[in-house]
Amino acid sequence: MEQKNNTLLIYTLLYFAFLYIPVLFLPIFSFNDANYMSFPLSGFTTEHYEEMWAKTNLHKALWASIKVGVVASIVSTTIALFAAKAFARYKFRGQNISYGAIMIPFLIPEIILAVAILVIWLSLGFKLGLVPVTLGHILFCTPFAMLILIARIEGFDFSLEEASRDLGENAWGTFYRVSLPLYLPGIIASLLLSFIISFDEFVLAFFLTGSDATLPMYMWAQMRFIQKLPHVLALGAVIIVFTTFIVLLAFWLRNLGQGKEKAEFGIKIHE
Amino acid sequence: MLQTWKAFYARSDPAKAYSLLSPALILVTLAMLVPLGLMLSFSFFTQISFTEIDYSFTIQRYIDFFQKNLLVSLLIKSVKISFIVTFVTLLTAYPVCYYIAFYVKKNKMLWLVLLTLPFWTSYLLRVFSWKIILGTKGVINSSLINAGLLNEPLTFLMYSETAVIITLTHAWAAFALLPLYVSLDKIDFSLIEAARDLGLSRFETFWKITLPLSLPGIIGAILIIFIPTVGDYVTPALLGGTDGRMLSNMIQAYFGKVNNLPLGAASATIMLITVAIVTIVVSYTTKKLTQRIS
Repeated sequence: MEQKNNTLLIYTLLYFAFLYIPVLFLPIFSFNDANYMSFPLSGFTTEHYEEMWAKTNLHKALWASIKVGVVASIVSTTIALFAAKAFARYKFRGQNISYGAIMIPFLIPEIILAVAILVIWLSLGFKLGLVPVTLGHILFCTPFAMLILIARIEGFDFSLEEASRDLGENAWGTFYRVSLPLYLPGIIASLLLSFIISFDEFVLAFFLTGSDATLPMYMWAQMRFIQKLPHVLALGAVIIVFTTFIVLLAFWLRNLGQGKEKAEFGIKIHE
Repeated sequence: MLQTWKAFYARSDPAKAYSLLSPALILVTLAMLVPLGLMLSFSFFTQISFTEIDYSFTIQRYIDFFQKNLLVSLLIKSVKISFIVTFVTLLTAYPVCYYIAFYVKKNKMLWLVLLTLPFWTSYLLRVFSWKIILGTKGVINSSLINAGLLNEPLTFLMYSETAVIITLTHAWAAFALLPLYVSLDKIDFSLIEAARDLGLSRFETFWKITLPLSLPGIIGAILIIFIPTVGDYVTPALLGGTDGRMLSNMIQAYFGKVNNLPLGAASATIMLITVAIVTIVVSYTTKKLTQRIS
């Protein structure tokens, strides 16, 4: 391990500034008493937040985003949990191809996924709306959820499950009593992060939503009008605070008990 | 019969693995592979009127694509912007990962969490915040004018290729940081120490030891930044203007107001093929490079 390198430290701190400062302008200008986002700041106000709260369209969009996010996160985490178990537990032929296939939605340009789902949805004669958006989000969130869950399940001592089966517990009982408690922090982290991904997702929603706007769609529509921008800033600031909180919670949960299983469950898991 | 099946299942790992995988594989097949197949077949159709499509097979859409200078130049521009973004993101992120891997001793995880945290906030909002910074009345211009350094706002900041490149570099940083850090952190530091003890300079050590050993991370980062940015829609639409427009903006138009689904599908297919070619070339080069090293 090297001792010290101040040049690199300063560079790293500047890089942090580059990452964080742009995002901070949203909350800063959301309290600014002006319609333009320019310096100097003219005065402090909370009226943009009041204005935001009064928009009924925003309430509808928020509700749409919550519905899509909840369904997408639950379904994708469930699908990903089974898949993660398969990859963490078994060695089998076709492992790499299966893994690659499940990861593709995370890798290819989102616009291609969106276009493909749009084409099939219209060809089947279905109406655009929150259903195809949810389907797209499930597809898009599953690889993320699987990565999180594999990280959690890897290193898990599967003889615990076998012991439970040998001692007469059935498959469901074993899952419920042995596996689930150990996977739980990972599962909750996956639910939270999938929800956030869905909640923030724009391109799929843009192509598939029809007239039921999700929250990012709502913001997109407002961003074009200069006079409507201040309340988008307020909304953006709220979303940033909310997502940061959820993501930190998820990170904390993900690491919870990692390597400390022995103390927590009174049984030896890692050797 | 059932008994033998059960006994087979109990002993067969692949059977268990595939039954666990089946929901994910069915999802990928029905929600992605089949739709992609249909998109491909749409690229061989013809749009006759606003609602009517002629379903007879033709490769005319691909000919259209390469005859339209606009589309070809947008494809080239998308690839170019994406390459620049990938290169700049890697170059700027590498020293940060190097610092955390080799100089930070306590709470490395915390540093990493802080580095990736902005990535989790809404993509749309991150792009939008660059509009606030680079706009004609934005943070940079208003500050410079107030400080008396400028009389007129700098117009090239906004609605340009530069704006798109800066914003994408910011937006995809996490995709470079994570793989680079993972590969640098894996390097056995005693190798670097040994090289230095044997008289190699700092630069030589980096060039001959550290950089080759971090190659897997570099390749990983190249792929996961290049592939999605080629098809980015939001950034060019919000910040690109006409100068920074990319292929995805045209694809959206074909599925939207222009209403030429087959040409849109052909453009998306060409984008997908481009991505596939780059992936294959990069992976192949890596294989050759790593073979030479080991």
